[in-house]
Amino acid sequence: MEETSDAVTGRRLRRRANGRLLAGAARGLAEHLGVDVAIVRVAFVLLTVGGGLGLAAYGAFWLLVPRDTDAPTRIGGRDWGQLLAYGAVTVGLSSLTWGANAAQAAVWPFLAGGIGAAILWQQADREQRQRWMMPLRRMWLRSVIGLLLVIGGIAGFVARQVDAGEARYVVIATLIILTGVTVIATPWVVRLWQDLDTERQERVRSEERAELAAHIHDSVLHTLTLIQRNASDPREVQRLARSQERTLRSWLYQPRADPDRTFAAAIRETAGEVEDLHGVPIEIVVVGDTALDDRLGAALQAAREAMVNAAKYSGAAPVSVYAEVEGDAVSVFVRDRGKGFDLDAIPGDRMGVRGSIIGRMERNGGTASVRTAPGEGTEVRLEIRKS
Amino acid sequence: MNRVVLVDDHQMFRTGVRAELGSDVEIVGEAGDVDEAVAVIKAETPDVVLLDVHLPGGGGIEVLRRLHGTVPSRFLALSVSDAAEDVIGVVRGGARGYVTKTISGPELTDAIARVADGDAVFSPRLAGFVLDAFAATDAPPADPELDQITQREREVLRLIARGYAYKEIARELFISVKTVETHVSSVLRKLQLSNRHELSRWAAARRLV
Repeated sequence: MEETSDAVTGRRLRRRANGRLLAGAARGLAEHLGVDVAIVRVAFVLLTVGGGLGLAAYGAFWLLVPRDTDAPTRIGGRDWGQLLAYGAVTVGLSSLTWGANAAQAAVWPFLAGGIGAAILWQQADREQRQRWMMPLRRMWLRSVIGLLLVIGGIAGFVARQVDAGEARYVVIATLIILTGVTVIATPWVVRLWQDLDTERQERVRSEERAELAAHIHDSVLHTLTLIQRNASDPREVQRLARSQERTLRSWLYQPRADPDRTFAAAIRETAGEVEDLHGVPIEIVVVGDTALDDRLGAALQAAREAMVNAAKYSGAAPVSVYAEVEGDAVSVFVRDRGKGFDLDAIPGDRMGVRGSIIGRMERNGGTASVRTAPGEGTEVRLEIRKS
Repeated sequence: MNRVVLVDDHQMFRTGVRAELGSDVEIVGEAGDVDEAVAVIKAETPDVVLLDVHLPGGGGIEVLRRLHGTVPSRFLALSVSDAAEDVIGVVRGGARGYVTKTISGPELTDAIARVADGDAVFSPRLAGFVLDAFAATDAPPADPELDQITQREREVLRLIARGYAYKEIARELFISVKTVETHVSSVLRKLQLSNRHELSRWAAARRLV
């Protein structure tokens, strides 16, 4: 199931252990987006320089994006030279721009205090989750350190309020507060987020299992019972097995399409019905697809008639059906290797071939031809354009 | 007589195939998973390996990957699967052909002989997948030699999809059976080497890129 979901959504976002500089966030992101890793790294650097957003974003990716567990991990895979280069560029550019912004830092304490309070408040609600989030002792140690840092920071801030205007101390105090809040909050928030994710995946998986079990019970087990009951009738056994095989196949492999709306699904369904009705296997191959319309509906009826004829009169299994949609043109070939017949010898009042197949196709602007000879099998060829 | 190794994880199926093939080929070994298969193929170097797509230990594709270039044996994939990524995947992995398990005994014998001769074996369904994958698109091909099939190859594939045997195709197109085989082998080569989007997508779905 995992493989199919991968195929649909592309590579999931993961931090890559191989070829990383720091935590593999940039490489993971680059693979996810399908761009060169250097572009992502430069973007992080520029965002960092222009106000620190890059640093925050990187930190967020580091914490929130799970590490890639599929790929084999190589220890010591970092290129330190490259890392130093990126670091030097960041620091160098930052020192140019950040100096001017230092004065604005006075608003930070309020922001930080607000965020810290919000996170602490939120945690109080989730006491019971902590039990399975982290070992308790580490939690306490972290909390105490964090709280001390917060209190220390606030105290320093309050104490320094007397000498208001000294922005430097405000910044330092703020940094301490921020560090404290981060130390306390991150593991909890991250674990919580990851646990929710795991829980969700687990639920999806168990739902899929339940659906599979229900499906197998309703169809396969039922058919097996019927087969045991009809063991003395080989024809019926084959019909049941074939029908069950077809159902299971379309359920497993074919994209769910509505037989009322698309041609490929409709002709597959038609072949299945004829197979069920007459107990003759029909091998069907469909190339391309298009929406159903009235003309294609008529072609479908004609194809059905041809399949029924092959199943009833050819005396040879299987019947091969090939349907092809190419632009506006739709062709259907129904072929058997059976006894064939003499086309001219068919009495004019027999509706089968003339009326239901050739006549119906011609009335709808298509063509039908029948190629057959005694002992040579039969092939009916239908061609029509979409209306 | 062609020497054949049977690789399939269902004992019942192996017994059935053995019985159906009778004395037309010599079955020199059987295997039920990837490790066994690799060992027995290396020991016996058969002419042809009948390889199930779904096998414990990584599937038929894993057998092909591990043996790549080490044995002269040719591989014919055999499966109940209808999924394009399974079929295309194992062919891109190096199998010379693909048939479904519903194939009759004489047809299978015929297919084994064909693969042993170095030719390709396409089932109607595989032909359908190839026609779908190489359907005309507006985008110009990156490699015209590999990313497109010729009009003649398309005709041959269509007839295979319509249920025609090689002999019947030859008669229909007024060409020799040998020429039909050449066209099919050429399609097989493109199927294995082309980087057409549809093929890479199917391969990617099974992590075979």
